[in-house]
Amino acid sequence: MSVHTSTETETVARVLGEATRRQFGGPATIEALSRQSGGASRQTWSFDAVVNGERHALILRRDPPAQGKTERERAIAVDRATEFRVLRAAHAAGVLAPEPLFELTPQDGLGDAYVMRRVGGIAIARKLLRDPPYEAARGRIAGQLGGILARIHATDPATLPPLVRREAADHIAELRRSLDALGQPQPVFELALSWLDRRKPAPLDRPVLVHGDYRTGNYLVDETGVTTILDWELAHLGDPVEDLGWLCVKSWRFGAIDRPAGGFGSREELWAAYERAGGGTVDPVRAHWWEVFGTVHWGIICLNQAWKHLSGSIRSMEHASIGRRAVETEVDLLQLLKQGA
Amino acid sequence: MAQDRPTAAELLAAIADFLREEATPALDRTEPRLGFQMRVAVNSLAILEREVRLGPAADAREHERLVGLLGREATLDELNRKLARQLRTGERDESDAALMTHLEATVADKIAIANPKWR
Repeated sequence: MSVHTSTETETVARVLGEATRRQFGGPATIEALSRQSGGASRQTWSFDAVVNGERHALILRRDPPAQGKTERERAIAVDRATEFRVLRAAHAAGVLAPEPLFELTPQDGLGDAYVMRRVGGIAIARKLLRDPPYEAARGRIAGQLGGILARIHATDPATLPPLVRREAADHIAELRRSLDALGQPQPVFELALSWLDRRKPAPLDRPVLVHGDYRTGNYLVDETGVTTILDWELAHLGDPVEDLGWLCVKSWRFGAIDRPAGGFGSREELWAAYERAGGGTVDPVRAHWWEVFGTVHWGIICLNQAWKHLSGSIRSMEHASIGRRAVETEVDLLQLLKQGA
Repeated sequence: MAQDRPTAAELLAAIADFLREEATPALDRTEPRLGFQMRVAVNSLAILEREVRLGPAADAREHERLVGLLGREATLDELNRKLARQLRTGERDESDAALMTHLEATVADKIAIANPKWR
């Protein structure tokens, strides 16, 4: 294992050295290269490139050639080339997103990959919610997330790469297909999906750029507040309220259950900031619908994470154990359905 | 044939305690990434300990409620498939009080095993 890892690290370092030299026009030294996260299929690496005495703090996003992506991941997540173009459009529109710099070529041999600037801050909810250095930031995060989201949704669709349009009905159909593929009966998820189906909001005349995974854990924060929005691989076109609902799913409060906006504020605080920053008026009934949807969505993602292990596509105790988190969303769904709307 | 003590639950609890109290701190000092994985493993063992202890009675209660709700005898899996189909087609929905009582009770038993601290 360690032999394999060091070989992979050496390969990545060599390719990055050549690619950053091409990009910055001078001999580049790669320093502090380390793998950050992700499974075998979707990798994030952090490194510095020192070019002509100047240090660039960078991130490599990389999908190695054909490794262990499930059918569902291939169907839902955008490839790295599309992610790069979404990031470029959002960054150019003034969204607090990492600046994408350049793509690697097929000849580089690292798979589907690009490089972006590294931004400071941490994403770990447990620390953000409780550690003293983030005391002042905690009071700001809900409002900042509302404001940033309004800018994401205002991104000019003409600047975006082709993206799948996903409306409420498409999402429901996709989750039902997913349950059928998993093959285990799930009465609470079926109940929630039928509840959603009967109340689904009408498609918009003009769908917007939806981030698709806008939640605590997917943005960085320093002592001053939110520094950047990460993880754009589920970007699509659709209903902007989808992102507002997803952020309020109880699983992203990490124990701070009385602060629905990602664990940092109230729904009303989030919506007010969103509206102030130019987002549309938030209809609470529509927001509730998307929060219920987000909750059943996360529950079925938990089952799918376990399935990655059970199907043999990857062997991972961590993935297997996530299957037992699905019931948390069943508890939440029964609570949410009682609240009506 | 009955096994000698420790029971399955007792043995799982003993393993979880050892891994949590002795192995995890040692790993945190030398291999933090494995320390994290070990916490996941310990948490999973705690789920299994609760499942061994609480699961059989919970399954029996679920089965009994489903037989009452659906008005027929079948295995737990068959009954849940039947209920899931009825919920997909809309033959039953949240206005059915007996259904909701059953789902509340089933989910309460499941979360008591998977994560009793969840609120």
